[in-house]
Amino acid sequence: MKRALRELAGGLTSLLTGMKITLQQFFKPDVTVRYPHESLKMPKRYRGHIVFVREPETGRSLCVACKSCEKACPSECIVVNGVKKEGEKKKSVTDFKLDFTKCSLCGSCVEVCPTDALEFSKQYNLASTTKTEYLQIDLVKRLEEGK
Amino acid sequence: MTLPEPFRLVAFLVGTLAFVGLNAAYLVWVERKGAARFQRRPGPTEVGPAGLLQPIADALKLLSKQVLVPPDADRILFRVAPILVMSPGLMCLATIPFGEQLAARNLDLGLIMVFAFGSINVMAIMLGGWASRNKYAIISAARIVSQNVAYEIPMLLVVVTLLMSTGTTNLQEIVRQQAGGFWNWNILRLGVNPLMPITFLIFFTCMLAETNRAPFDMAEAESELVAGAFTEYAGMGFGVFFMAEYANVLVGCSLATILFFGGWQSPIGILSGVGWFLLKLYTLIFVVVWVRWTFPRTQFYRLLNLSWEILIPISLVTLALTSVMLKLFGK
Repeated sequence: MKRALRELAGGLTSLLTGMKITLQQFFKPDVTVRYPHESLKMPKRYRGHIVFVREPETGRSLCVACKSCEKACPSECIVVNGVKKEGEKKKSVTDFKLDFTKCSLCGSCVEVCPTDALEFSKQYNLASTTKTEYLQIDLVKRLEEGK
Repeated sequence: MTLPEPFRLVAFLVGTLAFVGLNAAYLVWVERKGAARFQRRPGPTEVGPAGLLQPIADALKLLSKQVLVPPDADRILFRVAPILVMSPGLMCLATIPFGEQLAARNLDLGLIMVFAFGSINVMAIMLGGWASRNKYAIISAARIVSQNVAYEIPMLLVVVTLLMSTGTTNLQEIVRQQAGGFWNWNILRLGVNPLMPITFLIFFTCMLAETNRAPFDMAEAESELVAGAFTEYAGMGFGVFFMAEYANVLVGCSLATILFFGGWQSPIGILSGVGWFLLKLYTLIFVVVWVRWTFPRTQFYRLLNLSWEILIPISLVTLALTSVMLKLFGK
């Protein structure tokens, strides 16, 4: 009898403790983010597909078309072409295609670049109905369009 | 203000239907918002300000769905069940006194009527499960019957305990007896029965079980029975069951307010009125939501054990204690 009563009291107390905990949570702020309306800032080390770094003064790419990235890429998903314009010391890039269907985001291209012209984007929600859209991501065009 | 009888009838009919409909729809919103708060999310926000139009959007979606009846189902019972399940919510509110003058019918046997119609809820869910001709639905129907048998007993024992001290089944009269301040409410009438708060706890637990609310929602145990008795219901058939759950919670909480918390009486003895009734009612409903989002669903045998091993013995003790106290100290 005594034991049964003690068990009963213990059970009731544990129920009330549980209710106290949930009530405390009730008055605390939300922990979720209302995704389409707001999204979290991606962390510094997040790796999206690579993009050109914009030169602050001219707005052009820092790329000198040296093809180091093309050689460094283990999946061979980068194709770079460039020309030497008249009156300029360095070559400049005319064509930079990334096959994102093969890229494994290893970062060798970013690491090897002598002019630090490449960086990871913070794009985490790429979506497409066709595969072809990501076969040739044109980095030069992206830079010109100001994305 | 007293209207002529036919107008009074229509006014109360419309009022009760509107009150039940509005509550059934918007308690779903309250539940979803409450669940969200307890889990620290915002809940429905997209449809209307603070998601307030969400129940309407849900209803429109459910209404636009096809009404399906399984080929092997008992067609009549299958269709009748969702109609029956709404009836206790509508019928019981006829005798619930919202204010001193605000009651559709002040029946002398009000309390008995509420319990008589309250049981239809369980019967309707059972019929729905039975008529569906679905394994899960039939298991659910069997569960709800044994659950109802188990919890009706302590609930009625508690009510008998209360009736012994009030001496009337007229709900309006029960509320009047609790006038004058919160120390006169039945839950604090320790002179009649020192275990009165525990009696309320038993009543509240049984109310949760009778209305199939978590943690006692064995009839609709999704993880075990798909959707239990509602498995075969599509569109608004399911919607009505869903709304009826809240209508029944509304009746249960109204009854708890009247029996234990003095109905429309003010806690300080002045300014009594319908506002107090609604305040107490919605506080209790909040507690119901709170309980649901705190405790996980119990196992079925534990549910029955709780009733037969704990609630029934304790309610018998309170019953005996009240009779002894009344005999010794009188009224």
